[in-house]
Amino acid sequence: MTLELGPNQQPAHTRHGSSIGQPLTRRDGFLKVTGTARFAADNHPPGMLYAALAVSSIARGRVVSLDVEAAKAHSGVVEVMTPLNRPALAADPDAKDHPFMFRLDLLQNDRVRYPNQSIAVVIAQTLEAATEGAALLSPRYEVLPARVGLDGAEGFVPRGVGVGGPAVQQKGDVEAGLESARTRIEATYETPAQYHNAMEPHAIVAAWDGDRLSIDTPSQGLAMAQGRIAGLFGIAPQNVHIRSPFLGGGFGSKGMISGPQVLGILAAKLVGRPVKLVLRREQMFGPVGHRAPTRQTLRMGMDGEGRLTAISHHARTTSSTFDDFFEPAADASHTLYASPAIATSHDAVRLDTGTPLFMRAPGEATGSIALESAIDEAAHACGMDPLEFRLRNYAEVEPMTGKPFSSKALRECYEQAAERFGWASRPLQPRRMRDADGFLTGWGMGTATFPAIMFQAEARAVLRADGSGLMETGAQDMGQGAWTAFAQIAADGLGLDIDQVDFRAGSSDLPNAGIAGGSGHTATAGMAIHNAGAAVIARLADLATGNEASPLFGAGNEGVLARGGRLYRRDDESRSESYADILARAGLAEIEGRGKGAPDPASQETYAKHAHGAVFAEVKVDPDLGQIRVTRLVGAFAAGRVINPRLVRSQYYGGMIWGVSFALHEEAVTDRRSGRIQNANLADYHVPVNADVPSVEALLVHEDDPHVNALGIKGVGEIGITGTAGAVTNAVWHATGVRPRRFPIRIEDMLG
Amino acid sequence: MRDFAYLRATSTEAARQAAALPGAMLLAGGTTLIDLAKCGVAEPETLVDITHLEGLDGIAVDERGAMIGALARMGHVADHADIKGRFPAVSEAVWQAASAQIRNMATIGGNLMQRTRCPYFRDPSNFSACNKRQPGSGCSAIGGVTRGHAVLGTSEACIAMYPGDLATALVAFDATVHLGERQLLVDDFFLLPGATPDKEHAIEPGEMITAVEIPASAAARRSTYLKVRDRQSYEFAAASAAVGLELEPDGRTIRDLRVALGGVATKPWRARAVEDALKGKVLEPDAVRAASLLAVEGAVDHGANHYKIELAPRVVARAILTLGEAA
Ligand SMILES: Cc1cc2nc3c(=O)[nH]c(=O)nc-3n(C[C@H](O)[C@H](O)[C@H](O)COP(=O)(O)OP(=O)(O)OC[C@H]3O[C@@H](n4cnc5c(N)ncnc54)[C@H](O)[C@@H]3O)c2cc1C
Ligand code: SF4
Repeated sequence: MTLELGPNQQPAHTRHGSSIGQPLTRRDGFLKVTGTARFAADNHPPGMLYAALAVSSIARGRVVSLDVEAAKAHSGVVEVMTPLNRPALAADPDAKDHPFMFRLDLLQNDRVRYPNQSIAVVIAQTLEAATEGAALLSPRYEVLPARVGLDGAEGFVPRGVGVGGPAVQQKGDVEAGLESARTRIEATYETPAQYHNAMEPHAIVAAWDGDRLSIDTPSQGLAMAQGRIAGLFGIAPQNVHIRSPFLGGGFGSKGMISGPQVLGILAAKLVGRPVKLVLRREQMFGPVGHRAPTRQTLRMGMDGEGRLTAISHHARTTSSTFDDFFEPAADASHTLYASPAIATSHDAVRLDTGTPLFMRAPGEATGSIALESAIDEAAHACGMDPLEFRLRNYAEVEPMTGKPFSSKALRECYEQAAERFGWASRPLQPRRMRDADGFLTGWGMGTATFPAIMFQAEARAVLRADGSGLMETGAQDMGQGAWTAFAQIAADGLGLDIDQVDFRAGSSDLPNAGIAGGSGHTATAGMAIHNAGAAVIARLADLATGNEASPLFGAGNEGVLARGGRLYRRDDESRSESYADILARAGLAEIEGRGKGAPDPASQETYAKHAHGAVFAEVKVDPDLGQIRVTRLVGAFAAGRVINPRLVRSQYYGGMIWGVSFALHEEAVTDRRSGRIQNANLADYHVPVNADVPSVEALLVHEDDPHVNALGIKGVGEIGITGTAGAVTNAVWHATGVRPRRFPIRIEDMLG
Repeated sequence: MRDFAYLRATSTEAARQAAALPGAMLLAGGTTLIDLAKCGVAEPETLVDITHLEGLDGIAVDERGAMIGALARMGHVADHADIKGRFPAVSEAVWQAASAQIRNMATIGGNLMQRTRCPYFRDPSNFSACNKRQPGSGCSAIGGVTRGHAVLGTSEACIAMYPGDLATALVAFDATVHLGERQLLVDDFFLLPGATPDKEHAIEPGEMITAVEIPASAAARRSTYLKVRDRQSYEFAAASAAVGLELEPDGRTIRDLRVALGGVATKPWRARAVEDALKGKVLEPDAVRAASLLAVEGAVDHGANHYKIELAPRVVARAILTLGEAA
């Protein structure tokens, strides 16, 4: 199924002017609130069987035995897939042809390299039988001691961090900068492992027909998933059809196809019938990525006026023993604050965990909470207001590279958010404010930033004889509203009202829309859509302006405007013609156009491209009981053109609440003896509940960016976490005078 | 699939008889039991559904006290006007427990019988050692993740915390559990782990909770439940206190005081030492704080739960002082 609305499911859109910029409600809202949106696990092709994963209890070692007989003897169990009978693959799951090909556990052997690694798959008539079958396998292991924690193994400097950036970077002489400073600070912060935990677990329904494969599964990157699966099974990519109309959240964990999803495909192959496999919540803690823990040390020097003379930011992080992903936390210090000398470095240890992966603002989130805390400490050491200190060190060019910014309305963000929050009346010293109930009250701030990234995408547009339009691209709606925002861009690109455009996405047989990640989906696929629309309109304009019978004859391509299903003469809007009439005269049933979205290499070289924001937080801390409550959050963000303010605000809210979660709630707690995570469920792995976020405001700051892309779009998906976590932390300090350096901040840290 | 029999009880007597059979378990709201069955801790052969039994969901309050049927839903108890009026601590304990959805399903009987949240107890497929599940198998928690474990009433065999809020309020006000004919003080109904942590309640096979009775008292009428936790809602207590206070006519001298602790002990924990130290004394912050320290006398920590020893007396003191201020 692709994303399509039936006739009576069309929500009434009221709007004025063009579609872009309008606060339309989500086009999939009706389906979601009525429970009719069909997610991957809602599919039941005829003859489908259920698969359950058996996962390892241990962190490291070998599976010595599995009681396959017992499982098979269980009523309803059809087959048990182990390394012994797993269908052959065309590629080694441990091969790594490029940095974004992550190694998968696909029953290639008996080795265990992290807890909850797949060790067998039980396939049965019912989910219950499969689950019981998995329990009956009663694995026995040869156990090796688990390597756990930031000091759990020998440290080393990785070859690259994040998407492959250098682990160590510097400009200027940091030691000299520190030496010459009037004031210095040094502080070490620790952030915990976090797990994405989208509401929808990874799920797959796979069906083979000869060497053709049909899949329902949530994916943030359909074309990449298609390529990876095709490679593993040795079939042509076009033989793999993936439908992913809706994702119940992804946050990066559905960016790459995961091991368990491929096991669902293998299970279907083994039994020759469609198979459904859905991860249990606790199985989400291992094979589908996580945010690695970090320990970050920041050193800063300031001159007599509070100007930074040096920033040194070192981050230790962790990866798995068998693959490479390194949280680029220290890179946060590259872009925000001006300093003549900046040094960033990373080292890492390899642990018996699943491979960490991209998790919403990877590197930016972890780096930001440490950097913004350290900036706060530095401001205090200089006796300065934290906002004044940030303005004193405002970066007019990107600090690490010296490149000009393509646009940067951060000053406006600071101004508007501070004004709205009432920052001006903040006492400089901590522990000076109490509310009527005696709670210590604190105000803190943080700067938000996230790079404006673009990938590659394609789209196909069609204008039909009746003047309506079709726009197709394999874009992914993770709940963020992509389907709606893209339809808005499509409508404007085609010069049609939004209800005249049939927008299709969410399927791998559509043009490659790139990945819904890196906050780059709207910019990338949006540009492809925009360009596809423009290609159609250009052809249409050719037809009209070149034909004597048209009122637009002779206007030239540049001389016409497309709007509401008609072309108008720019210099005389009384002369116009409908799309349908132009096509009819030309005797065409439809015209097609294709468009691409990609970063512009020239502007890439010249400009630093980032979205920015400022977040202010108020917290209240019970002076005796240590309970911390966030009472107010105000953020202002500048991220280029806003396609849909309603959706953009939602992204900021969600990001900011995640920031609260980072500062105060989220943590995977590991049993150090076994290496197992002890709170692998949503009762114990805490994220904020409604009562934890009483008031969140996000202001949209106007920003025109002529360089990022023709639409001027940056990205809004991840930036909200950055800045916020630091703002909450700094507010806790301001309330109590206690400087949190270990996250999440807990009651015991406040008991003092 | 693991088959089990499902039986819908038609009378209390029938339910008791059915539940007396080996492998049988009572099913009320299911919010604890279904979870435990999913993670492999509970392996019932027969589920005896008691939710259709008539006459067990009543809430009756008069000047002598409150009688709450075992099948009364948590949500109803929390919202009941007379419970709020005469036993505010009970209402507050219940509405701060779990989530609105769970409170709408869960019953008072099931609530008392909820099991510990010790993560090792709840994970039999990965941790075989647990004396509560399997007597003599050892304790996986000791030396492991212990932030949520008890500091009071622990034994070498088990340090699991009793997580319920309601029972903490009940034990403060000398409530009794009705097991049909037989009645037990809540304090006696819950057992210390000692060498037999598998035995949590003084309930015998074939017995069933039919009601909870709370005697009226001036202290219960002036009472509160203070629950402290990292998250604002939907979290078990880091430490909690149910406190009731009665003052002499002079408005300052403590005539009666009830103190119980939650979130820190292996069973709902009555802190009589605090009560005794303050009864007959003038209610005064320093004296209250000093006496509250007695709440954790004999406490033993296991690393990460040390903070509970620090926190619990503060929670007690705050609750007493808050009640003292409320005229
Ligand atoms: C995520 C989560 C958070 C929670 N947070 C809290 C919290 O903050 N505070 C809190 O206090 N609780 C909390 N709870 C626990 C919740 O309150 C209990 O699950 C609930 O009260 C159990 O009631 P039930 O009717 O659903 O019991 P069931 O699950 O039906 O039964 C529980 C047990 O009691 C037995 N039983 C039931 N009725 C009787 C009876 N009449 N006589 C004898 N035995 C009986 C059953 O056999 C079973 O062993 C939480 C639960 C969850 C899942
Ligand atoms: S603390 Fe008690 S319940 Fe937890 S593992 Fe030890 S014995 Fe079992």
